[in-house]
Parts: sequence; C-alpha cells; structure tokens
Amino acid sequence: MDFGFSQEQEMLRATARKFLENECTSTFVRARMAEPAGVTDEFWTKLAEQGWLGLVYPEEYGASGLGFVDLVVLMEEMGRASMPGPFFSTVVLGGLAILEAGSAAQKKEWLTKIAVGEAKVALAWTEPSARWDAAGITATAKESAGGVALDGTKLFVLDAHLADALVVVARTREGARPEEGVSLYLVPKGTRGVEVKLLPTMDQTRKACEVTLTDVRVGADALLGAKDGGFPPLMRVIDRATVALCAEMCGGAQRVLDMTTEYAKIRVAFGRPIGAYQGVKHKAADMLVDVENAKSLTYYAAWAVDENVPDAPLAASMAKAYVSDAFRKVSATGIQLHGGIGFTWEHDLHLYFKRAKSSEFTFGDATYHRERVAQLIRL
Amino acid sequence: MDFTLTPEQETLRADVRAWLKLNMPEGWTHGSTITSDIPRPEAYALMRGWQRKLADASFIGLTWPKEYGGRGLTFMDELIVHEEMALAKAPPILNVLGVGMAGPTILAYGTEILSCEEIWCQGYSEPNAGSDLASLETRAVKNGDSWVVNGQKVWTSLAHIADFMMLLARTDPEAPRHKGITYFLLDLHTPGVTVKPLRQMTGDAEFNEVFFENVRIPGSQILGGVNDGWTVGMTTLMYERLALGFGLQVRLRIALDALVGLARRMPKNGRPASEDPVMRQKIAQIWIDTESLKYTGARAITKASAGKLTWVETHQRLQELAMELEGPYAQLVAGSDRAIDGGIWQHTFLRSRANSIEGGTTEIQRNIIGERVLGLPKG
Repeated sequence: MDFGFSQEQEMLRATARKFLENECTSTFVRARMAEPAGVTDEFWTKLAEQGWLGLVYPEEYGASGLGFVDLVVLMEEMGRASMPGPFFSTVVLGGLAILEAGSAAQKKEWLTKIAVGEAKVALAWTEPSARWDAAGITATAKESAGGVALDGTKLFVLDAHLADALVVVARTREGARPEEGVSLYLVPKGTRGVEVKLLPTMDQTRKACEVTLTDVRVGADALLGAKDGGFPPLMRVIDRATVALCAEMCGGAQRVLDMTTEYAKIRVAFGRPIGAYQGVKHKAADMLVDVENAKSLTYYAAWAVDENVPDAPLAASMAKAYVSDAFRKVSATGIQLHGGIGFTWEHDLHLYFKRAKSSEFTFGDATYHRERVAQLIRL
Repeated sequence: MDFTLTPEQETLRADVRAWLKLNMPEGWTHGSTITSDIPRPEAYALMRGWQRKLADASFIGLTWPKEYGGRGLTFMDELIVHEEMALAKAPPILNVLGVGMAGPTILAYGTEILSCEEIWCQGYSEPNAGSDLASLETRAVKNGDSWVVNGQKVWTSLAHIADFMMLLARTDPEAPRHKGITYFLLDLHTPGVTVKPLRQMTGDAEFNEVFFENVRIPGSQILGGVNDGWTVGMTTLMYERLALGFGLQVRLRIALDALVGLARRMPKNGRPASEDPVMRQKIAQIWIDTESLKYTGARAITKASAGKLTWVETHQRLQELAMELEGPYAQLVAGSDRAIDGGIWQHTFLRSRANSIEGGTTEIQRNIIGERVLGLPKG
C-alpha cells in the first residue's frame, strides 16, 4: 500500500499552486463572483495552455492522457484557490460523460475541442425533485421524425449558460426498474426549445442554472452511447466527479485550516496569541483531524475509481459522506476562530464556507451517502 | 499511489490466514472475541499460551531485526498480520506494551536480546503526574553501581502480571524538569516492589498502583543514559501511538462487525434495527470513520495523535450505539440469562470511557496536534 504521490504529481501540485496564486487571486475570484460568466476567456486559455482542460483525456484527442489521481491533485489546488468557472462542469462532468459514453466521432469532435479550450460542455442531469437516483430522471425523449423530442426541466445544472453543448439525461422508456430506459443526448447550444436561466446562488463562485426543454428536436446522431443504456455510464461519471469534488473540498478545507492557524499565531488577546489557549488550540486540532481523514478517504477513493476496483462506488460514497461534513465543520470553525473579521465580506473565509455548502449538496449530502454506504455494505 | 499488495505481502497474508485456521486456541469463544478492549483477567492464561504460539510461528516482532528474534519486515507487513488476526477473530496479543513499545524502544537505544515471553508494563504516570508527566516524583538515587528507587506509579496496566517495567524516575531533582529523568528497565520481581490492583468502574482490575521501597536496579538497566530518560520515554510513546494506530484500527473493525450483527438481531419498531433509517445512518458513519482511520494511519505516522482522537471518538460512539440498539436490555449485565451476548457489550461500553484518558488524554492529544503539527504557541 502506497499513499504517496509520484514526483510528477508533486510537481503538478507545485505548478498548480504557483499558477493559481498568481492568476486566481482573491481579487480575480471576487470579480468573477460579481459576473454571470464566472470565468474570462484569457483565464480559460491559460488553463488550456497548462494542459489542464484535457488532463485526463486520451492523447489521441490532443490531450494530456494523465490519470485520475493527477486530476485529484489539480482539483485540490483549485479548491484551495476557490477557483471559479466551468472547469469542473466541463472537464469532469460534461467531458467525462462524452468520454464514457460517446462514439469515436463524438469523442474526437468534443474532447479535442474541450482540451484546447474551444468548447464547454455541461451535464443536465438533476431535476426539481432534487433526487440523485435514477427515479429522479423524468425528462423525456420521445421518438419524432428522424430523431427525438426532449421535454422536461433540469435544475442545478452547473454552467449551462456557458456551455456549447449540454449532455441531457432523459428517459426513453419506462423500465421495470428506474435504472432502465435512461439515455443521454448531446444537445448543441442554440437548439430551439432550450431555455437556460442563471440561478442566484449563495456560492457565487459556482454558477448553477435551470434548463427548460420544450419540444427540443435533435437528430438520431445526438444520442450519446446506447439507447436506454445511459444510466450505468452516467453513474461511472458521477462516482468520479464525486471524488474530484471531494478533492476540491479537501483543498478548500486545508486552506481554511492554514488561514486559521496563521491567524491564531498572530492575533493577540489577553496578552497572548489566541492559539496558546486550549479553547482555540483544540478546535484547530479537531479541524486538522477532519482535514486529514477527509484526505485519506478521498485519496483512497481516487485510486479506487481510477483502477475501477469493485468497491469504487463504496469508496466514493464514504469519501463524500465524510468530506461533506468535514468541510462544512472546518469552514464554520474557521469563521468562529477568526471572530468578527471572519464574518466580514472582505475576508475570504466566506467563499470557502459557501463553497462547502454548495458542494455538500452536490451529488448527495452526507445523509444520502451514508445510506448508500449502508446499502453497499449490505447492512 | 497504489493500494495493491506485493506478491510477498500476498504470500504473508495467505500464510497467516492458513496458520490461524489450524491454530486458533481452544476455549476462545465468540463471547470473548467481541470485546474490543484490552484482554480481561480470566483470559490471561489462555493468552500467554497464545502469545507463545504466535512467537514460535514468528508472527510477533515482525519489524524487529532478525538477530533479535524478529523478521526484519515492514510495518505494512505487521498491519497485514494484525488484519488477518482480526478477520479470524483471534485473541489479541497480551504483551502489547512489550511488543509495541518496549521492544522498539530498546532496539532504538540498547542492544539487549529480547524474548517475546516476558510481559511488559509502563511505569510513567504517578498520583501527581498524569498529563503533566514531567512533574513525576519517583526518585532514583545512585548507590555504587546501582540505583535505589523510592516512590509510586499509578494506572499501570498489566503490572500485576508483568515481569518488566519501563520505568521513568527522577535522578536529578535540581535539573530542569525534563532533564533530570532517567529511563530504567526494571525487573518487577525485585524486592521492594509492591503491586496493588485498582478496581475500575467495569469491576475488573486491569491496572494497578505500584510502590517502590528501596528497590535496587543495576546501572546496566538504564536505557539511553542518566538524565536522558525523557527523550527515551517520548520514543516509547511514539511507538505506542504507532503500535496502537495499527492495533486500534483492527480492534475497531472487530467491534464494528459485532455491532452490525447486533443491529441485525435487535428489533426496532417491529423490524430489525439494521433496517431502521436512523440506525443505518449511525452505523454507516462508524463504518466510514473506521475506514478513514485505516487510511489516515497508513498515511500519516507523524500525525498519530490524529488517529488516536479519531479512534477514541469513533469507538466511544460505537459503544454508545450498542447500548442504544439494546434499548432496555442495555441494563442487563453478565449473570442474567436475558443479557444480550452474555453482557459483554456492557463491559466494553463501560471500558470505553477510559479510552479518552489512557495513553494520553484527548485534551493532551489536541495539545500535541496544535503545538507540534500546527505550530501553535504553547499554553
């Protein structure tokens, strides 16, 4: 058993940290928060130049062809910087869906474009029912002349307003089980009947949309993967995206711990640095325990989904359950230990506190994943 | 990052598994295996025999050099052996303090040949020196080639059956607190040593008061040099946390398996408690925390205090949950034929209250993390 990162992975971490410290400053993040886009073309181009937009896609698509653990390293650093923009939605969600389910031609077309920064793709999966299981998929795809017609409402769709294409999850058939009869469609931007509305969200560093599909006609070539067979590949994408999100959350939690530790060393009360008092020191220690355990479960899950071992879904759920609680607690304690300054808009802590909240409810919160763990261990 | 085992490790795992199948001691029943804490007095004789057997099969002291009776293997190999013992529900190792702490410390500072037969105990805590260990008052005065010890130790686990003690005594009362302490290896059969068992809230007496009245120790029994005992003692504590880190995870896994069994048998609102949504949440969380402990233990040996905190909190929560699952039956102890599992859970529940006190209190562990890992100022 080897928990270490390779030399190349440590280099990737160092490069990413330096790049983000220079390019993704607090000022940059706050400017993006205030705008609908959440990203600039210049910044997106720089991510492409680093090779990060195609990090995990095969080299035949002009991409870097690295492994999932490399992506986890990068996501941790992006979380540390509270990086805004559609990296996660495009590279991990939309891109992996195409990689997982797409035909050779679809992969060639879209992954090549994503890798160089020419296309963004969002995943339109969840609906107003806010369910994470197959039964939550009620948008329909019905046969129509030469293709299908899509109808339904998709909610909490990350960065749909920026996307050049949407991967729409729809029901093509009522099966014996809800997992049957789900299909994926690639819907290009501007297709008639697609309405995208940006939602005002607590976490302004992450933009979420409502997507309404009204008699959206697409051709037969829009089908991504097997008809009625879309759910298994979707779940493989979601398990990996869940672990990537956990890594991002770990990076954010570590940053909060670092900020809090530094502050506790310099902030003086009653004649001593507050970190000397056990009331503060012990809370900081608990934060460290949460962060370390969160990383342990995330790293193991990263390896498990990368190797596609049988307990990969269990590992992903264990990580998401733990990390959801850990980031929420750590970011809240960070504010508490900073006192009044931690509650100001000016201080960056609230960015992490809000990111913890939006991430907590993405792909299921701790309660959802604990139940999934209970099922997977056959309790 | 790689969690697969080497072919040698796979072979070791198969060897231990096969050996355990053939050699499980007679009279080791399920009732006594679900105890997750240190061995109960009635099992001592059986366990001495078990330890001899393990030693003969070279499953003890795996990490020690070959010339001292070990096998020169890694901690990962040791973890494999411990894990297999847990899976087979084998008895734990009685001489855990000797194997996990005295052995490695002696190897680090001395050249003594070790045997696995003696039982060791740790003479650290005193009535006026617990968490603040450096204020210990037991005196050792030089007299010719030997030292004469007077004073008292307390909370000394296993002293009533031990052959040797790792003893910290003050040899220079004028020196600063940490600089006047010496580490002795004391033969407990020496005249002047009196051991008085202390009855604890479980009703058992597994720890003791130890009194020293003009106890003579040869100067050759000093480890690490006169007045250098603090450093040696801290080495022992480091090994304690390392040994426990591995051992604790395994003990928690044994208790967790038993808890799952209990949840399947105990009814809750007319169906097994394991089907109750709230109970499933609680059990799944303990499962996740147990896994996180395993991975954090493998990752961060220097952050062993984080592992101890996680273990204590998880184990106490597990024992509380066992009581909750039993409901009114939780009141019944050994002796009642209506007691669940012969009342063993009542014992482990009561015993678990000591977890956050022994081997460094939870508060001390948080101080260690705060000061040595996060670098916060001393209080």
